[in-house]
Amino acid sequence: MRKGNSTVTCGVDIGARSIEVVLLQNQEILSSLIEDTGTAPSENGETAFRNALEAVNLNPSDVSSIVSTGYGRNYFKPAHRSVSEILCHARGVSAIFPTARTVVDIGGQDSKLIELDENGRPIDFVMNDRCAAGTGKFIEMTGSVLGIPVLEMNDIISPEDGRVDISSMCAVFAESEIVGLLHRGCEVSAILNGIFHAVAKRTVSMAGRTQIVRDIVFTGGVAKIAGVRSAFAKEAGFQVLVPPEPQITGALGAAIIAAERCEPALSINSIGNGGKLD
Amino acid sequence: MIKRLTQSELREMWTGLGMNLELHDQLLESNNRIFKKTHLWQKKRPAAMALFDRALHDSHGQRVAEILDYRNNGGKSVGTFCIYVPDEIALAASVLAIPLCGGSGWSVDYADKMLPRDICPLVRSTFGMALSGTCPYKTLKEHPLGETTCDAKKKTWDLFGIPSMEVPQKKNKEDKVLWISEVKKFTGDMEKISGVKVTADNLRESIKKCNQKRAVLQKISEYRKLRKPPISGLDALLVSQVALNMDIDNFINAGNELIAELATRADKGISAYDKDGVRVLFAGTPSPMGYAKVHWAAETSGLQVVADESCTGIRYYRDQVPEDLDTVDEMVEAIAERYFKIDCPCFSPNTERFDNISNVIEEFHAEAVIHNILQFCHGFNVEAGALDGMLKDNGIPSLKIVCDYSEEDGEQIKVRMEAFREIIESNRNQEAE
Repeated sequence: MRKGNSTVTCGVDIGARSIEVVLLQNQEILSSLIEDTGTAPSENGETAFRNALEAVNLNPSDVSSIVSTGYGRNYFKPAHRSVSEILCHARGVSAIFPTARTVVDIGGQDSKLIELDENGRPIDFVMNDRCAAGTGKFIEMTGSVLGIPVLEMNDIISPEDGRVDISSMCAVFAESEIVGLLHRGCEVSAILNGIFHAVAKRTVSMAGRTQIVRDIVFTGGVAKIAGVRSAFAKEAGFQVLVPPEPQITGALGAAIIAAERCEPALSINSIGNGGKLD
Repeated sequence: MIKRLTQSELREMWTGLGMNLELHDQLLESNNRIFKKTHLWQKKRPAAMALFDRALHDSHGQRVAEILDYRNNGGKSVGTFCIYVPDEIALAASVLAIPLCGGSGWSVDYADKMLPRDICPLVRSTFGMALSGTCPYKTLKEHPLGETTCDAKKKTWDLFGIPSMEVPQKKNKEDKVLWISEVKKFTGDMEKISGVKVTADNLRESIKKCNQKRAVLQKISEYRKLRKPPISGLDALLVSQVALNMDIDNFINAGNELIAELATRADKGISAYDKDGVRVLFAGTPSPMGYAKVHWAAETSGLQVVADESCTGIRYYRDQVPEDLDTVDEMVEAIAERYFKIDCPCFSPNTERFDNISNVIEEFHAEAVIHNILQFCHGFNVEAGALDGMLKDNGIPSLKIVCDYSEEDGEQIKVRMEAFREIIESNRNQEAE
């Protein structure tokens, strides 16, 4: 149902593994959804956008401003502008947790640490390079060696379980390492716990010389895995906050930015077509 | 001046050089495709850039024909890999010094026959071309001449039996003595290769010529200080890249044509960019001909590269050699001193580089620094950490990008560039409020 006449804005986060859409009105989430990116990111992005609108009986023309983010941000045609995921995650997180000073986002293929000032504005960030070590993809691939789909990982381990160390951060090497551990008779839950700690350690080390300041908010699809959350808290030495739906903070931030700046501003879409590959 | 070769004459030349034409076609195809992507999207390029586009295009064709012609008429040439090799002395001895550094991601894997995978992509690209029969310069059987700047290079020289100049690792008095003796030895080597004696007259002339070339590059770089730079960072990089390959007189002429156009554009306030952006200094490793990925990622993300501190930038043309010296010895020493000022991280410590970077930031009104570092270049990579300390103290934001020549991480690098620009812009707005 369309709620009143107040402006509706939309954030679309087209990531490597999933697409998130958030519709925002009066600073409230009107609707949100998460779909697989699949093999046709921009088409699936547009379908997800339409699905989110249909869920609340809106038409594209009812949306006053659309901001895209994520890997597919520059290819999503309905967007009025695109904003990097760093800014979107920062904005989305600080809307939910105004006390946040560090955002740890681990997605399907990316991991990033964003440092926020006391007003929630990003002041610095680090991202993994092209290697997907320490991201959702790593967990997915190593989990498949153990025969455990990501969605079932929360059911497998409990905090009391033991842990074996996984030293390889390359998914291919880790696979051989895990096979070796299984042959030695290690418990599956202990190996999985080891994988979670390896990811957490990698993420903390990414911060380098920058100190990780509280409050720490953990977002991205990987934040849904309880074992990674507790491993990260142990490695960082702090408890972490997790939003009710950690996967949509990027899209939420994009929708908030869309609401804040309805006027067109400098965006990559306006700088020739150099932002796009042929 | 020799006539322009047709496509079939070029192929005949390449065959004559014993090259692998099929692979070479692949290399050219890759280079052309990348150049289109990285440079030709720009809407406001100076018209004179066509001269440098052509020089890039000619680097495996017409330029090779020119050098062959020079050699057929008794001229000699050496293949070099670093800006430490003094051009002035080679030129005085009638030897063409041709930098051979490769910037093609296509050729990198062909180096695997001889070199490990986890070393510098510049070394691998260069030797990948040689090993795949796609480098028209290696096959000229020139005298290659290395230098002892980094481990990957030194051991590669050993592996291929390439002689090298010893670049010291410190900048103390005794190191300078060593370097001067190396430059003197180099003078003798050049004379031996060509049979032409280096005299006060021919050396003074070549000093003037090389100064003239560097002055052209300096002048072009001056225009990047303007609030509305009439030339983009991508195009300025291209000019520096081909400067290492082009015939020196042709380069000076083309450069002067570009300077005249830049002067007009500057008068009219014509910027190479569509709108104002964030002005950045690129610091770090060279981007040899064919490679501009990180510059592309920056300039398609609202950043303006207003200065390059690299060996394909200011490091190559900052310092001149005095022209008013009388004897060969004085000149050779002055040349050695000029090259000894080069602030490569192979030196420990390398304090001059910190001062130079501070000056460039101020002179070019750079708001931020991008460390553009080739993977496995430990010197630049580690030094970026110390530089960051200095930048932080001065409130200059910085971003480090470490990557190789491959294309597939371009979009990932763009995410970081865009976020970097957004943060700087939002800080600017904050300060304005």
